[in-house]
Amino acid sequence: MSASAHLTPTRADSAAYKLGTTYPDVPLEEKQRLFDEVKTDERFHDYLYGCYECGICVAACPSARYYDFSPRRIAQAAAREDVELVYQQMQEDIWDCSQCFSCLRCPRGNNPGGIITLMREVAVNNGLESAKQALRGYTRIIYKIMSTGTQVSPDMLQADAFPDWGPSVALVSEKLDLWRRALPPETHHTTTTGWQISTKTLVELYLIWHKTGALAMIAELARACTACWRRSWRTCWTKRVTS
Amino acid sequence: MTIPVEKVAGPRRQNKAEFRWSDEHAPADFHERLFELEQKGELVVQRVDTEHIEVPVKYGRTKKVPIGHTWHHKSCGQCGHIPGYSTSIFWVNRKLGIEYEDPTDQTSCTAWNYYASATSNAAAQAAVAVRNFAAAYETGRFPIIHCGTSFGHYKEVRQELLAHDHLRDEVRRVMESLGKPLVLPEEMVHYSEWFYAMRHEIAKHQVRDFSNIAVTVHPACHYYKLVEGDAIYDPEVYGGQRTAIVSEVAQALGAEVRDYSTWFDCCGFGFRHILVTRDFTRSFATQRKIKRMKEEADPDVTLTHDTGCVTTLDKSQFAAKAQDPNFATIPVMSEAQFAALAMGAHPYLVCQLHWHAADYKPLLEKMGIDHEKAWAQFEEATARLERGEQQYLTWEDADV
Ligand code: SF4
Ligand code: SF4
Repeated sequence: MSASAHLTPTRADSAAYKLGTTYPDVPLEEKQRLFDEVKTDERFHDYLYGCYECGICVAACPSARYYDFSPRRIAQAAAREDVELVYQQMQEDIWDCSQCFSCLRCPRGNNPGGIITLMREVAVNNGLESAKQALRGYTRIIYKIMSTGTQVSPDMLQADAFPDWGPSVALVSEKLDLWRRALPPETHHTTTTGWQISTKTLVELYLIWHKTGALAMIAELARACTACWRRSWRTCWTKRVTS
Repeated sequence: MTIPVEKVAGPRRQNKAEFRWSDEHAPADFHERLFELEQKGELVVQRVDTEHIEVPVKYGRTKKVPIGHTWHHKSCGQCGHIPGYSTSIFWVNRKLGIEYEDPTDQTSCTAWNYYASATSNAAAQAAVAVRNFAAAYETGRFPIIHCGTSFGHYKEVRQELLAHDHLRDEVRRVMESLGKPLVLPEEMVHYSEWFYAMRHEIAKHQVRDFSNIAVTVHPACHYYKLVEGDAIYDPEVYGGQRTAIVSEVAQALGAEVRDYSTWFDCCGFGFRHILVTRDFTRSFATQRKIKRMKEEADPDVTLTHDTGCVTTLDKSQFAAKAQDPNFATIPVMSEAQFAALAMGAHPYLVCQLHWHAADYKPLLEKMGIDHEKAWAQFEEATARLERGEQQYLTWEDADV
């Protein structure tokens, strides 16, 4: 995904610059604008207090064990306001994070996972390529929440969606309606939502999405929706949400 | 029940002193700001005003856990994919004669999506949380939160709302348009805290002997790492070095809690990883958690207290076993299901273990449960549904 190293000088104190800047086609002003958007989120200052470079966060980080990824680098780039490196991380690193918040062990009080949440939000809001790739195949979940108020539904358990989970998934899928009716809690007899939700509640949820701008964000994503598991227009969540 | 700090396992684990807190190092108690804003009329605080138990949280503080008159904020992952989890929580309440509400006026916290995709924002997330709190407040019942991620996220939302005037104003405006006040509960209570609080009462109703059962515990990241002071830490459990949640319930039920070195590691869930990059999830769950537990503690079962953790640790084992026939699996369940089994719950009609993937039958045998007979009872009950004799099974049907 990363662009090849480039010699265009951008900012002399940038670590990314010293290594050879990446994404030369993106002007420095644009990278600065995106960083400013991260920084102006009210939560940013709760999440970053500087960095000792001690690596305690890395030792606790599950993603650092399996990816070329480091919460220390995230905290450092943000603390140094290294907009080149922050941009590179927004394109290459942030979606590796597991959002487990083990990095809250930081002795400086930082929250690298929280900084990543903000960077992701900005990446999504600005249609960065990394966000588009990360959300490909994921839109179904977003629509499920928008329109039904629960994220995980029983009917998601289908053998072709979870082949690595073994035969129990196929069995659940086959018996779904019967096994849901066998659940004692009355709210649990549903198959398309986790539990039974009242219509009034869904209307209120919809209003929240609308009034906070989240719906507009989702609508933007919907335009790029091509890889939904539902595939057919009849069951498309986009249609349900937008109609 | 005590788990001495010396039980912290591992030859290189020398940090065996008790955790001692000091006022100097303790973060501010959020209650001060909460009550200050309440006094100013900026928000409504729903008090714990019914019978409750005080449990120890970090920094020598306590938290009020209401016993009954509760409003159960369900988890989409539990209800959707591990329905024996929520069913067991309700079943234990019923067996103890405690009344509760299982509301339909509740949405998901939507935090799974938020941590996976970031397709939301602070105001939307806070408004979703407060709408649920307001719905509980309208009933007069106190919210008990089933999901670890909802619990952690709501603690974060509370922190943000208390800290940022703008956010409060925006959320208040959204709530006004819904005709609801900006409500925050006096305490954020996770269901596992209720189980901790009620452990002795649960143990009094125990009908199955678990003294031969060894367990490992996976504490859920979002329970105790997010807003870290607000989680149960008991000086009697590992000297208060780590959260006592789940471990203390297992102990109270007579099971042996065994330690393992990667207890602090997450399960590998990853929010987006479990959905779209499960190679990471499977590798982490099996290599860093299940394999380590097996090698270091060899438990009969691993217990946890969150949706994602049960799903990840349980479902990931199939692929590891398929790849390596010698991979030794461990059954996975919530402590709610474990406690329900101790109290005599049916493994299928209540605990719904047939929705789980890792082989749990050897565990049931060790617990003295005839799983073949139990399955026949389940099939007989569902056959009644198929024949149209009844549309749904009821709580009465679950107690055969
Ligand atoms: S939240 Fe992200 S950066 Fe922090 S420890 Fe977890 S995976 Fe690593
Ligand atoms: S633990 Fe904190 S101070 Fe240490 S490297 Fe990570 S972010 Fe920096």
